[in-house]
Amino acid sequence: MGFSRLLIANRGEIAVRIQRAARELGLTTIQVHSAADTDSLAVRMADKAVNIGPPHAAKSYLNVSAILDAAAATGAEAIHPGYGFLSENAAFADAVEAAGLVFVGPTGATIRTMGDKAAARAAAEKAGVPVVPGSPGRIADLATARAVAAEIGYPVMVKASAGGGGRGIRVVDSAEALEAAFDQAGAEAKAAFGDGGLYLEKFIARARHIEVQVLGDGRDAIHCFERECSLQRRRQKVWEEAPSLALAPQARAELCESAVALAKSVNYCGAGTLEYLYDDATGRFYFIEMNTRIQVEHPVTEMVTGIDLVREMLRIAAGAPLAYKQSDLRLTGHAIEARINAEDPANKFRPSPGTVTEYRAPGGPGTRFDTLLYQGYQISPFYDSLLGKLIVWDETRDGALARMRRALAELIVEGVATTAPLHRDLADDKAVLDGAFHTRWLEDWLSAKEKLAAS
Amino acid sequence: MAQILSPLPGTFYRKAAPDKPPFKAEGDRVAIGETIGLIEVMKSFIEVQADAAGKIVKFVIDNEEPVMAGQPLVEVE
Repeated sequence: MGFSRLLIANRGEIAVRIQRAARELGLTTIQVHSAADTDSLAVRMADKAVNIGPPHAAKSYLNVSAILDAAAATGAEAIHPGYGFLSENAAFADAVEAAGLVFVGPTGATIRTMGDKAAARAAAEKAGVPVVPGSPGRIADLATARAVAAEIGYPVMVKASAGGGGRGIRVVDSAEALEAAFDQAGAEAKAAFGDGGLYLEKFIARARHIEVQVLGDGRDAIHCFERECSLQRRRQKVWEEAPSLALAPQARAELCESAVALAKSVNYCGAGTLEYLYDDATGRFYFIEMNTRIQVEHPVTEMVTGIDLVREMLRIAAGAPLAYKQSDLRLTGHAIEARINAEDPANKFRPSPGTVTEYRAPGGPGTRFDTLLYQGYQISPFYDSLLGKLIVWDETRDGALARMRRALAELIVEGVATTAPLHRDLADDKAVLDGAFHTRWLEDWLSAKEKLAAS
Repeated sequence: MAQILSPLPGTFYRKAAPDKPPFKAEGDRVAIGETIGLIEVMKSFIEVQADAAGKIVKFVIDNEEPVMAGQPLVEVE
């Protein structure tokens, strides 16, 4: 390896995940953390931990100079940004490099192009990848937004240019609702990403969300097949699968090849994901955005390909060429991930911070639980609600669904409300068993359930 | 004198967006169910609705300050 001391500039389950890959590569792990995370699992597991500031992310996990100071003080040689926080911040990638350290991810220049949703659309069009009709780039002001929306027709989506994770997105049905949505999305984007820039896209109501995992080393790029993430609530993914049931082999090949073409056209280096909308009715797909980082749902891809994506990211960052050729990769079996969040599905998904009074992790064949939990852990209100990801694999989708039901029954988290009951319901639902869903399916299903309970 | 308490732990915001006016100022009248601020908890923004009516005497918690669940946000008379 080109480095031996890795600093992890993130928290929660992904910090734990990165430490595991780092350990297997023989690296020393340095975990930076906020004052609220002193007792976190990631801090407890790390070789070294550094407190970089107060709970509010702007003062700690988004504080570039504090992170670089911690790197200098601990002799870190590389920084893994995880997902969220600074992972798609080009200025951070540049600053890491300028400090003489390795940024585990693409260059600042690539992040600027592909991480900016508006610029990525342009790059996709150039590489011959179809995109959803929308504004050609960022929207300067409300008047321009009105003009673009009128031209492409309502409903439209207002989206954060620097966005990801569903933050800073609003669906707008009419011109009257545009101003409020524009303000809210802009404020949310500014708070989440430090950049309030927005763009507009036509809202396609009935589509599947299908995304392609790519790996590149700056010279060559490969895909690791697709994930389907159609089950979403407020544009947050809830349940993810690999492969997608909707794709026939020919459609899969076309989709995945388009992703590789785009990755190669920007000499992509690292792990990345190209997100698409897939229209079942026409079999057409549209590129929506690229995430230039590891994604939350990466484990389903690891389960069906056998590749450790985080370890491969670290190897590539250390200067190694891709360990795989496209022809080496096989799609084997089926994997499903259920996101276990500290939210109460019986009470409008109200966030539920608090102390974990009892905890039992599921285990056994084909079962993996990537989590920040331990018994007695106090879940902080200052960060997102993801507690862990329950991932199952089996030779068939039906087998994976049975494993999901079995593993969900084993999982015990007491003291806070979690979304596990939602997943237990989903794993028994006929539409889910049939794979007959689209990106609005879950919200429709939830409101139908709510009405039924009220009547 | 009544108090409006924070329903959740998190960060208290008095405005819908940084460039917007506060939902309520000291001296304003508030009715039951009216929004007096937002609590940011786990990256979600939850509206705090008044469960007491009257004149706002004082904001006990400042804009963008951390709060605990059950901590008073506003005093109303």
